[in-house]
Amino acid sequence: MAAPERDSLTGYHTTGHEWDGIKELNTPIPHWWVTVFLGSCLVAVLYMWLYPSFATTTGIFKGRLGWTSHGQLAEEMVQARAAQAGWRSLLTDTPLEQVEANADLRRFAIAGGRAAFNENCAPCHGVGAGGQIGQFPALVDDDWLWGGSLADIRQTVRYGIRSGHDETRQSLMPAFGEMLSAGEIDSIAAYVLTLSDPSAAASRARLPGAELYAANCAACHGAAGEGSRDMGAPRLNDAIWLYGGTRDAIRHQIANPRMGVMPAFAGKLDDDTIRMLALYVHSLGGGER
Amino acid sequence: MDAALSLAPSIRAHTIPGYNDAIVRRFTVATVLWALFGFSAGVMVAAQLAYPQLNLGAYVTFGRLRPVHTSGVVFAFGGNALIATSLYVVQRTCQIGLWGGPRLANFLFWGYQAFLVIALSGYVLGITQSREYAEPEWYADLWLAVVWLAYLAIFVGTLMRRREPHIYVANWFFLAFIITVAVLHLVNNLAMPVSLVGAKSYSAFSGVQDAMVQWWYGHNIVGFFLTAGFIGIMYYFVPKQAERPIYSYRLSIVHFWALIFLYIWAGPHHLHYTSLPDWTQTLGMAFSIMLWMPSWGGMINGIMTLSGAWGKLRTDPILRFLVVAVAFYGMATFEGPLMALKSVNSLSHYTDWTVGHVHSGALGWVAFICFGALYYMVPRLWRRPLWSHRLVEWHFWIASIAIVLYITAMWVAGIAQGLMWRAYDAFGFLQYSFADSVAMLHPYYVIRLIGGVLYLTGGVLMAVNFAMTLRQPLRQPDPARAPQAAPTPAS
Repeated sequence: MAAPERDSLTGYHTTGHEWDGIKELNTPIPHWWVTVFLGSCLVAVLYMWLYPSFATTTGIFKGRLGWTSHGQLAEEMVQARAAQAGWRSLLTDTPLEQVEANADLRRFAIAGGRAAFNENCAPCHGVGAGGQIGQFPALVDDDWLWGGSLADIRQTVRYGIRSGHDETRQSLMPAFGEMLSAGEIDSIAAYVLTLSDPSAAASRARLPGAELYAANCAACHGAAGEGSRDMGAPRLNDAIWLYGGTRDAIRHQIANPRMGVMPAFAGKLDDDTIRMLALYVHSLGGGER
Repeated sequence: MDAALSLAPSIRAHTIPGYNDAIVRRFTVATVLWALFGFSAGVMVAAQLAYPQLNLGAYVTFGRLRPVHTSGVVFAFGGNALIATSLYVVQRTCQIGLWGGPRLANFLFWGYQAFLVIALSGYVLGITQSREYAEPEWYADLWLAVVWLAYLAIFVGTLMRRREPHIYVANWFFLAFIITVAVLHLVNNLAMPVSLVGAKSYSAFSGVQDAMVQWWYGHNIVGFFLTAGFIGIMYYFVPKQAERPIYSYRLSIVHFWALIFLYIWAGPHHLHYTSLPDWTQTLGMAFSIMLWMPSWGGMINGIMTLSGAWGKLRTDPILRFLVVAVAFYGMATFEGPLMALKSVNSLSHYTDWTVGHVHSGALGWVAFICFGALYYMVPRLWRRPLWSHRLVEWHFWIASIAIVLYITAMWVAGIAQGLMWRAYDAFGFLQYSFADSVAMLHPYYVIRLIGGVLYLTGGVLMAVNFAMTLRQPLRQPDPARAPQAAPTPAS
């Protein structure tokens, strides 16, 4: 052990310890460090005195303020509700079809509908409701499977599609792959493709698929492929194809159909929120009177 | 690695008698290789976040590669660096070779590498406990426990036979790190395997207690693995490279005990505003506030050791690595208590701010202090002059720019996320959807990726520098400058 020596650069003495050439100065701890350390300890103790901060075998120290995180949440929710109370009660009292007559109320409802849509609907239908090709329908056009009036949209949001809810919109397309031959299915697909082609208007009746279509498909999708909203049977005479518009995709859909499922939101969202959602979706471009 | 190890016999004659530097050389080579591995994995996961189409098949999805990156840098790069430096330091500051002899030391080396390979390959195959930083399954955990006890035995055995009257402060921190990590590892990994021939196990804890134990572990892996251990590195290599005495012995005592006592309580701040009881959250936050100054004690002692030697920073890039590391340590340990405040945490939690915070500590502090220590040790371990100081300069500046890109991108991204999630419109409805906030992140994720690529580039420069150093001619020991030779252990 070396003797303490004075460091000429700082003026402090070393401790006299030395390890592999490393020495230590005996510099006093900086005052500001001690002050801030004790100060932060004081703040911590004060904080623990004000808030619930420790438990004993008999219970929990609840703190002088009586604060709880559940209480804070409840209080913030009450405040948020109170801030919207005027609009919400007006919305509740206004029939859905008459909301649009009040421009301010409409703005409120659409703002609320947009927020609820982003949280609940956007994961499938996309932010902005553009849908996802091959999976979930776009809601920004006027091609509606189950109807595009305010009441129709509200019904769909409330009870869903094939959702298992008692009131759900429900329909089933049979799997024609078990009933028709591959050749028959292919000729139906070829015929279905001509429905949206105006130039084929005269010639399509002569196609081999015409008779098969009339016998198997027209009951739901209509003689001219106009679809049926009562059954959620899509229009086939436009250029919008949820599950693909190639001959192959249509053949696949006839043989082994995919049918979309949408959950029921009744019980998850309150009625006002569902009304706001209907107003928002209705406003996106395809809303019908 | 083989090339490096094959050089060992030729320099055996120059090794200080009694010191086991062969094992330090092994751990040093492993540190450099694992650094490249861990940084590359980080670049890959950063790329996947910016461009999700890079999730190419089950084995290399983000979910599996992310723990490969975190374990790769924390336990593989950081762990090997800690073992390498601690074994280097403990021999020199105790003036005696390692307890247990070369066989135990070799067991520690190969045992630890085996653990890493078992753990990391398991993640890719989908084998995980799903506990952050404790992903390895029960059999890997048991193996690590055995290896770690060997490490503890070597370290304590060497301390007990020391030829110095006192234990140097670096060794206090190394010992605290080794003991606490052992306790953390054993408790957090208490689990019941489904069968002795299967990988799956179930934790002994459940529900919120499980979360609390996990974050008691997770926080103290940061506190004792990534902080206490690396402070140990600082306490040896900063005064050595600066050729100055430690600033304050008294401060080292006070901040050591304050840090050790306070850190272990602060874990609940990872679970603010969760189902963890309010009182536990308060306790975690209060201890986090008190932790600020004890953390800064280490920074003061590191930086102020340069008193009278500040000019060396201009010319010595190795010292600059060490000192900038300490500065990042100070910044991260101010940001930490700040983010532990519940009001700040309600904004920062679950955002990329947290990721930025971790990386300012990991890239700026942990890795920089490692780089500095490696650049110090390699020429001495292999007795060859460092190939290029200019390349060290390049490494320093490339890595520094990388950190700035990384953490500023994550700060902006994280704070924007937090603000978007709580933004309301004039009617009191949420302004943005979650998907909006994800879309917003893309440019910041690209900037972060660029930062990661630069950081990896710096690591490659270091590896090249070391590879070339090993080809340098052997330096003849200079009797005037050589460290005091340790007497061979009297057994």
